[in-house]
Amino acid sequence: MTITWKLIPLFIILPWVLSCSDQPLNNPYVDAEKKLKTIYSSFSERPKHLDPARAYSSNEYAIIAQVYEPLFQYHYLKKPYQLEPLLASDMPELRYFDDKGRRLKESTDPSNIAFTEYILTIKTGVQYQPHPCFNPSLLTSLPNDWNETSLYDLPLTTRLLTADDFIYQIKRLADPETQSPIAGLMANYIVGFSEFSKKQTTNQQQQPKLSKQQRLRKADMQGLKVINQQQFSIRIKGKYPQFINWLAMPFFAPMPWEADAFYSNPRLIKKNLTLDWFPVGTGAYYLRENDPNRRMVLLKNPNFHAEYYPSEGGSEAIKQGLLKDAGATLPLTERVVFSLEKETIPYWNKFLQGYYDASGISSDSFDQAVSFSAVGEVGLTDSMRERNISLQTAVTTSSYYLGFNMLDKVVGGYSEQAKKLRHAISIAVDYEEYISIFQNGRGVPAQGIIPPGIFGNVKGEEGINSTVYRWRDAPVRRSIDEAKRLLSEAGYPNGIDAKTTKPLVLYFDSMDSGPDSKARLNWLRKQFSKLNIQLVIRGTDYNRFQEKMRNGNAQMFMWGWNADYPDPENFLFLLYGKNAKAVQGGENAANYQNSQFDALFEQMSSMENTPKRQKIINKMVEIARNDAPWLWGFHPKAFSLHHAWYKNAYPNLMANNKTKYINVDAALREQYQASWNKPVYWPLWAAFLLLVVMLIPAYRIYRRAEEKKAL
Amino acid sequence: MISYIIRRLLYVLPVLVGVNILTFVLFFVVNTPDDMARMQLGDKYITQTAVDNWKQQRGYDLPLLWNDKKQGIEQLKQTIFFEKSVGLFVFDFGLSDNGRDIVADISQRMWPSLAIAIPSLIFGVLSNITFALLLIFYRGSYLEPAGLFLCIALMSISGLFYIIAGQFFIGKLLALTPISGYAPGMDAFKFIILPVLIGVVGGLGSGVRWYRTLFLEESAKDYVRTAKAKGLSDLQVLFKHVLKNAMIPILTGIVVILPLLFMGSLITESFFGIPGLGSYTIDAISSQDFAIVRAMVFLGSFLYIMGLLLTDISYTWVDPRVRLS
Repeated sequence: MTITWKLIPLFIILPWVLSCSDQPLNNPYVDAEKKLKTIYSSFSERPKHLDPARAYSSNEYAIIAQVYEPLFQYHYLKKPYQLEPLLASDMPELRYFDDKGRRLKESTDPSNIAFTEYILTIKTGVQYQPHPCFNPSLLTSLPNDWNETSLYDLPLTTRLLTADDFIYQIKRLADPETQSPIAGLMANYIVGFSEFSKKQTTNQQQQPKLSKQQRLRKADMQGLKVINQQQFSIRIKGKYPQFINWLAMPFFAPMPWEADAFYSNPRLIKKNLTLDWFPVGTGAYYLRENDPNRRMVLLKNPNFHAEYYPSEGGSEAIKQGLLKDAGATLPLTERVVFSLEKETIPYWNKFLQGYYDASGISSDSFDQAVSFSAVGEVGLTDSMRERNISLQTAVTTSSYYLGFNMLDKVVGGYSEQAKKLRHAISIAVDYEEYISIFQNGRGVPAQGIIPPGIFGNVKGEEGINSTVYRWRDAPVRRSIDEAKRLLSEAGYPNGIDAKTTKPLVLYFDSMDSGPDSKARLNWLRKQFSKLNIQLVIRGTDYNRFQEKMRNGNAQMFMWGWNADYPDPENFLFLLYGKNAKAVQGGENAANYQNSQFDALFEQMSSMENTPKRQKIINKMVEIARNDAPWLWGFHPKAFSLHHAWYKNAYPNLMANNKTKYINVDAALREQYQASWNKPVYWPLWAAFLLLVVMLIPAYRIYRRAEEKKAL
Repeated sequence: MISYIIRRLLYVLPVLVGVNILTFVLFFVVNTPDDMARMQLGDKYITQTAVDNWKQQRGYDLPLLWNDKKQGIEQLKQTIFFEKSVGLFVFDFGLSDNGRDIVADISQRMWPSLAIAIPSLIFGVLSNITFALLLIFYRGSYLEPAGLFLCIALMSISGLFYIIAGQFFIGKLLALTPISGYAPGMDAFKFIILPVLIGVVGGLGSGVRWYRTLFLEESAKDYVRTAKAKGLSDLQVLFKHVLKNAMIPILTGIVVILPLLFMGSLITESFFGIPGLGSYTIDAISSQDFAIVRAMVFLGSFLYIMGLLLTDISYTWVDPRVRLS
């Protein structure tokens, strides 16, 4: 009983104690953080690398693209996507040379161009973020009294950006110690790249005591030249117009050599304070806090160069009223907090509580957020509208497809029968149904390899895949009877091999596992059973699947590709013969080889976006549709939700550095959070009363037991 | 006792060597160094040169267990097994395969795990013992079957349900605590209330039944009848004498898990956004990071052995009749 009486003050005082703060009780952000204008976001998978020479996935770009700035960026509000100078003062000057080093005219036939030289001029006065690496005394040793927790407790300085920093970064890409994922690719383009790599391997072995930055600064790469402090040149092999798109990626952002020198200190390595985790850039933000298991915090870079919100945009952007902040100094916010949320349920609930400013929509929450009208138009549910949440959709620059291994004896090959077999399967596998069931309608069936929004994609009747669809005011899938007829003509009437009289059995190699995958794989089996074809699923783990693909042992598989840059070459190269995965180790997973397609690819890849290029692309797409190395699958549609206080959101899927354009109305957010998260105390009182009520019979039994006499 | 402890500590070495060998064999039966390299390098534009370079930079270009190309002792030393194992025995875990210092990671992540695990253990044990003793006290009355029914009901509900329901009810509907998240220092309090409460309530059913079984066995002994005959109240007998005598099996259960507390709980930490060690090993297995996997298996084995040793030592504190020799 004494225990219970002692609890009563707790139940009386607790609500008042808890309500002392002016924040809702369930606010996951502490009071002190309210002072800066902050964007609250999340990540579900911790990044592996924040070194721009190594990072290559979207969760890593979400951070580093705000810190590192390359020479060019995509205009935030314009579509089709357009490059504009960022750290460059202007677009590059291009010079063409033959194999004897003679300068060529711009109009020269690309086949005669042996080298292209990019002359790049950078803006003056650009400074790096404040960082201890620019303090020369800290490059040799760190203060003994430093607490080894935060880099920003050390003395901070900065310096100006120079052309040499870009050269240094390209050398880092080539350095085997960096292990850049694009080293192999760039070796095909940048003159002297692979020779430089080999030399660095030798130097590493012969001079192991030399530090990385000493090694890299000592050696020269043939294709790179510093002209002066603000200018440098890159020489590449042949003509490759898409190279400028690579220059817009963080791989080619400048890197001060002092960063490598500073972070090589063993005291820092022991504490995981490395360049791979604490970037040093010129961007709108710098990474102040990095606990990859909890959160990452970007703060506004006080040294950020002058950049302003765009004052022009495409018609879509203007219609959405996205020019209100035109001319405003960037970034528009002072802080960005990314919190780790591994599970979708707490993430979704915190978004609804207003603790995340924007959100994607998982399958579990889709029905809560989105509804479809009678005519199939996408809209928000009432509960979303009540909270003034808005929805944005955009078709992604990605493609998910079912591939046929063209080296396979059954589904591969270029004979008419083989093509008819693939056409029959292409008709039978209903991707409209797949999108409806497994993507909640978030996707568009692909008519070919190039997604909408990329030059080369053709809309309407002219753009349909006529082997699979007919046009009836919209693409309509051909009938299953037609598919059966094609299958019969392919030599498998009703799914029976006419030669052997045995049922046709096909194999689908998959690395999917788990209950979600089971439903998808069952669905796929049913699609094949429409043609009476038996589909055997060969499930395996990631490693074995990759090995099968490399060795050309898979018969059919599903794969996807996300564009590196908005150019059709970045999709069409997936079918280029010289990229066959099993033959050359490239990205052509279907091992497709068609000499006509290859010749057109070589012609098209170095062209600018002109009607002539479009004609060539149309031809290539038609060849590929006819050969059908892929079942073209679908292009996913990204759905994102934003709260009313989250301004200037625009679905630019190429621009990774969008955060600087986002504005938040912090006062409005606080108002909504307070309204949606009022604590409810009466259940605590009810629980206390219930406890008291339950204790009464217990006390009675206790008294009875005490008063009972011994027999 | 000292000689006993020294002997037990010497047993640790062959056990850890055996565990290390087993971990190594199991890992590399499933994954090759090439597979590990491809996992780390990603899916796009990966060349065999890049794979070979990755292996060479991390020492995975050596043979696994035996190097035919070397002579003498170097045949054993110039292998992946030796290079990756020898540092473990001085707790030098080195860098993970993606370049992070493992000891620094463990040191940083263990505290949030402990912030959840220690209060959960303390409040959990106290609640379980109290309710178990009360069930014994109310034996024969209608409160006993009611209590047992409640325990079975609590046991039957999945732990995941407690987490999701707790977050929904307390974090969302009542808005009394954050749904997930963490902050260091004193700010951690509001983030750990809910996971600790759920941990205690979730373990109540099975814990109360287990302790009740122990106390029932003790309460049937002669000294209990003697104590009652001497005039002590039932509550005094249970909470003072029965509890003390039931300490050995209780200690067995608690002390052995003490060193493992900081390894964290995967599901709790994932749902509550606690930056602990719970997912460290699982994430390493998924990403084929052998350096972390071998370090955590080694550390877990060592701590488990230490836990068993501590249990034996604790017996001598609670039962003077026990001698370690």
